[in-house]
Amino acid sequence: MEQQHSQLYGVMAEFETANQLLRAAEKVRDAGYKHMDAYAPFPVEGLSEALGLGRNLVPLLTLCGGLCGGLGGFGFEYWVNVVSYPMNVAGRPLNSWPAFIPVTFELTVLGAALTAVFGMIALNGLPRPHHPVFNVHRFASRATTDKFFICIEATDPKFSLADTARFLESLHPQHVTEVQDE
Amino acid sequence: MSVPTTTAPANHPEIRRLVPVLAPGYTYESVTEKISDVVLKRPLGIPWLAGFALAFTFLMVLTVAVTWLIAKGVGIWGINIPIGWGFAIVNFVWWIGIGHAGTLISAILFLLNQKWRTSINRFAEAMTLFAVACAGIFPLIHTGRPWMAYYMFPYPSTMGIWPQFRSPLIWDVFAVSTYGTVSLLFWFVGLIPDLATLRDRAPHKWQAYIFGGLAMGWRGSARHWHRYQSAYMLLAGLATPLVLSVHTVVSFDFSVAIVPGWHTTIFPPYFVAGAIYSGFAMVLTIAIPLRKAYGLEDFITMRHLENMAKVMLATGLIVAYGYFFEFFLARYSGNKFDMFLVDQRLHGPYAPYYYALILCNILTPQLLWIGKVRRSVFMLFILSLIINLGMWLERFVIVVISLTRDFMPSAWGRYSATVWDYATFLGTLGLFTTLLFLFARALPAISIAEMRELVAHQSGEHE
Repeated sequence: MEQQHSQLYGVMAEFETANQLLRAAEKVRDAGYKHMDAYAPFPVEGLSEALGLGRNLVPLLTLCGGLCGGLGGFGFEYWVNVVSYPMNVAGRPLNSWPAFIPVTFELTVLGAALTAVFGMIALNGLPRPHHPVFNVHRFASRATTDKFFICIEATDPKFSLADTARFLESLHPQHVTEVQDE
Repeated sequence: MSVPTTTAPANHPEIRRLVPVLAPGYTYESVTEKISDVVLKRPLGIPWLAGFALAFTFLMVLTVAVTWLIAKGVGIWGINIPIGWGFAIVNFVWWIGIGHAGTLISAILFLLNQKWRTSINRFAEAMTLFAVACAGIFPLIHTGRPWMAYYMFPYPSTMGIWPQFRSPLIWDVFAVSTYGTVSLLFWFVGLIPDLATLRDRAPHKWQAYIFGGLAMGWRGSARHWHRYQSAYMLLAGLATPLVLSVHTVVSFDFSVAIVPGWHTTIFPPYFVAGAIYSGFAMVLTIAIPLRKAYGLEDFITMRHLENMAKVMLATGLIVAYGYFFEFFLARYSGNKFDMFLVDQRLHGPYAPYYYALILCNILTPQLLWIGKVRRSVFMLFILSLIINLGMWLERFVIVVISLTRDFMPSAWGRYSATVWDYATFLGTLGLFTTLLFLFARALPAISIAEMRELVAHQSGEHE
């Protein structure tokens, strides 16, 4: 397992239930670790608070995407039907704005939805087919099925292999493993 | 765990409330295994192959019908002047409406925190996508020159012309394409964690590569889940007004025109209710054979079927209210064209269709008031088929009767569909079913990650 060019990524502990993971995450946070992440096969309620994660950027980005879609959509319709290609339909005003609302609405939703999804994917740093945590065999086979993991990363200022491993052992996990970055 | 509830008499109100949305005794691993094995391990088997072959045959009927249409033009259909819309628009509205239940289940029930949506949302969303695909075909080929359909999109053309944004037909283009895109995004986002599960459980390397590529390296990180949940919640919030807007815009295609029977403000709400009504009927039509074929009765329980039956009953009553007010408002308006049109629905040449519609959409579904009917899988399946038929007839009545009875008797006409109309319609049923057959074996038909949440929720309650 220990290859010459491999580098230590962190230390990982495995837990049986979501509640154990939640309690462990709180203790890791309280112990002052900053560079850590928890892994669960489904969204665990309260886990982001337990890890001390703040608000994320997705809602704000989505708002911007929606505004761009809506304002851009209305502006475009106005430009098309008033400026670029004015068309007199039964003497109605060129800027017949109520008739522009359905498309404006659809483009608002489209802009917001595209930003929400692609913003989320980009902020998550995906696509990223490989990640050091997948080097842990038990993680690769169980993390998306039924096991819960917490990993303290080597970049953390408080990290030291022996101490951090001992600390994780004190949280009563099922396993504690080193994570190598090959 | 609430073990005895499944064996207790199901009609006792106290106990019925407890009929679980997930049969007891499941763990994270067993739900994962049960759902992912359908995709990863289960051999194809004769029933699947036979069903797929039948569906694929009808898909081939579609390709023949569309090819012939492109070769000869829309003259092969029964449409004429004044009945320019015919089957193409009837089918378009019918298919789009069916899609709406998928979005309702995945978005609105999610926002309302309805746990029972979990095991039906995935394939209901798939149904939405496939129904939108079928719907999209019709306006496209109905243009007569589908290769010029891009004219409807605003693009900087060398001719210097632009679309007319005051037209409901352009609103339709934007509404339907946005709906298709957002439904696809919603479905895909929901799939990401499950794709990662399939990647990690795949017995063959090639499966792991395909699912791994699609999962984009999802590893269940808490930071990722945090943003994922925000995005999913936002998508649900965006899809909710979107789904209402889509059928509203579809109804504008009719109600913005001045044709008698179309020019009415009740159309948007009553189209949306009808869409949800027919969509839930289609979800039942699919869910009942699906749960049987893959042994998913523990996940799609009687509680789901009964809840869907109740939604059908409620939306069916809204639709009935719509029919009544259509009738009442025409009479009350004193407008002779509107009154004449109502009379033509009851006594005109297409009256049998109107009576069949009332029978299918209003009278028969009243059986759902009876608890025994709501809890009979067989009866629900039959009723869902009847409602699907009824909603198709509704669109036929709206499109055809109004167009055959315009303002001037000299503009009256008759419409009858040709074999190519039927072939195209049956063909889209084939496309829809083919896609469903492929979906059931290529992707998890139930959201595994959400089922695990349900397991956590259930075990938490009884700890």
